[in-house]
Amino acid sequence: MDDTLIFLGGLLASTLRVSTPLILCALAGLLSERSGVIDLGLEGKMLLAAFAAGAVGATTGSWPLALAAALAVGVALSMLHGYACVSHTGDQVVLGMALTMIAAGLSVVLGIAWFKQGGQTPALPDAVRLAPLGLGLAEALKAVPIVGQVLGLGLAGHNVLVYLALALVPGVWWLLYRTRLGLRLRATGDNPAMVDAAGLSVLGLRYGALAMNGVLCALAGSYLVLAQNANFVPHMTAGRGYMALAAMIFGKWRPVAALWACLLFGFLDAVAIRLQGVALPAALGGGQVPVQAIQALPYVLTVVLLAGFIGHARAPAALGTPYLKER
Amino acid sequence: MSQPVELPRWVDIGVLPLVNLAMALAVSAIVVAVIGLDPVQVITQLVKGAFGTRSGLSYTLYYATTFTFTGLAVAVAFHGGLFNIGGEGQALVGGLAVAAVSLAFGPSLPALLMLPLAVAAAMAGGAAWAAVPAALQAWRGSHVVITTIMFNFIASALLAWLLVNHLKAPGGMTVETVAFADSAHLPGMHELLAAIGLDWPRTPLNASLLLAGVAAVGVWALLWRLRAGYELRAVGHSAEAAHYAGIHPKRQVMLAMLISGALAGMVGINELSGVQHKLLLDFVAGAGFTGIAVSLIGRNHPLGIVLAALLFGALFQGGAELAFEVPGFSRDMVTTLQGLIVLFSGAMARVAAPALGRLVMALQPAAPAATGAAHG
Repeated sequence: MDDTLIFLGGLLASTLRVSTPLILCALAGLLSERSGVIDLGLEGKMLLAAFAAGAVGATTGSWPLALAAALAVGVALSMLHGYACVSHTGDQVVLGMALTMIAAGLSVVLGIAWFKQGGQTPALPDAVRLAPLGLGLAEALKAVPIVGQVLGLGLAGHNVLVYLALALVPGVWWLLYRTRLGLRLRATGDNPAMVDAAGLSVLGLRYGALAMNGVLCALAGSYLVLAQNANFVPHMTAGRGYMALAAMIFGKWRPVAALWACLLFGFLDAVAIRLQGVALPAALGGGQVPVQAIQALPYVLTVVLLAGFIGHARAPAALGTPYLKER
Repeated sequence: MSQPVELPRWVDIGVLPLVNLAMALAVSAIVVAVIGLDPVQVITQLVKGAFGTRSGLSYTLYYATTFTFTGLAVAVAFHGGLFNIGGEGQALVGGLAVAAVSLAFGPSLPALLMLPLAVAAAMAGGAAWAAVPAALQAWRGSHVVITTIMFNFIASALLAWLLVNHLKAPGGMTVETVAFADSAHLPGMHELLAAIGLDWPRTPLNASLLLAGVAAVGVWALLWRLRAGYELRAVGHSAEAAHYAGIHPKRQVMLAMLISGALAGMVGINELSGVQHKLLLDFVAGAGFTGIAVSLIGRNHPLGIVLAALLFGALFQGGAELAFEVPGFSRDMVTTLQGLIVLFSGAMARVAAPALGRLVMALQPAAPAATGAAHG
């Protein structure tokens, strides 16, 4: 019994840990796509921000500086995104590909040149790493039978970025659906001409959405380096940006639904690790669960959703179309 | 500032891509300088490594062969109005099909039958992997960009599972199949050249080079000489208008993606039948993504794509030599350059246009007025 509880608690904890960068990135993609700008560059923005956090963290030994560097890189890439696609009506899909390729190459090139460890940064000192929070809560919850143990193990003891990511979901929901800025952002993604006619700046709103997008991608990248790993490793985002994109589509461009999709993908990932080498019950033919099948599941689910079998997902109407103001 | 700018045709086709390429090279030079290397020395070494020796040239052409296939794949889809990011996955499945037929029939079939079968399998495998995203786009309206990305991941999971659990050579430590039978080996270029009395060093360059040439001419003929290609381009230009003209956009989407996937699948011939002679993980090594850069630089025209593939082949080969010779240089610099080229030649392709337009005007102030009068 106790073993089961510990197993469940551990599963919940690792689901949250794995989901955090997905949640941050999915919210980033959601903000920019709600304003009408496709972001296939999530992976690249996250990767280069992670490198910035790792490089500055290792050299200065200060987490505020590491975080600041990541934020600067994330926002700078988003501004480049805006310059090419919003100001100069460049192709948003192509730009996302370009950002991701540049980040994949540049992070390794600079890493090798600066640290001479094959592209890795040196291990970060403990002072730079984000400490677990809420351990007191775990102790308090232990008193509650059954649920307490699972929740205590699962929910407490994460670092600040995990809780921030969870808090940002209602935050972004509130921003999009309960504020004037949110209304304008959504309108920009659906009907930029109307926003323009109302005397608002389509360009300004899209740049604003991209700035928030850059901040969130940078937080996701920082999480990988400051919390999950102890240093930057080449290509460490490993497709998470695309998985976040999938979660965003899965969540039909809505924050809370995207959160559930991220948690589902995180759960699949956490399960995949635990299922390695576990035998299937004889009723299912025995043998082992192929880890690859579980790893591919989020992508398969997204394709199935896109095929329209799970209900209709409506993308912002003006998604991907640059806005040309008439002169 | 964001209004489209009209440029003379020769500037648009000839000068603007070169300006964009120069910008990408300039930024790369800055990166090279930042990591403490001399850009001029790097460029000289790179050119020497790519073209300086017969063996270096052979490697350059070998890489260029793969990039021609993936570049053409992106271009055909693009002319049909589709952005195929799935070259990576389609090449993987093409290679899987090559391995399947080579392992199954290699021991019993002579090369004369085996090799055409392998080519057909490569094309069928790539086309099949492109067919699902194409059908979803045509009939369900799901965006082909997203679905092809997802299919890249699914393909790599599928290949990993098959290799690890079913196809791996028994007893081996590395995840790869047993070697194909001799009849499934595509002849190397040194063998072909030896047959006509030329002495050539032994390199990975193989008969796929000729197939890539055939593919480039074939794509050109398809797009600009055949009715099917005309219809394909019409749909790419405006699906609505093409529909009114009696063309079925759905069938065209399928056609464009099937041809695109088949071309990407040919990577399996160059890499597996031509060089590795077995199936292994990651044999595509990003060639599907390089195809995007190749196609953008080549302006989606087969001739441009062949030239751009040569450029990228030279960068890969020169980059590999450099990484070997110059401490501190890594091949990832080529990935960076590739990304910068996609940035400047693709997403920011028109950013330099207004300045270039003003420059052309300044250089020939009388000409535009004269043409204006002639038309008026």
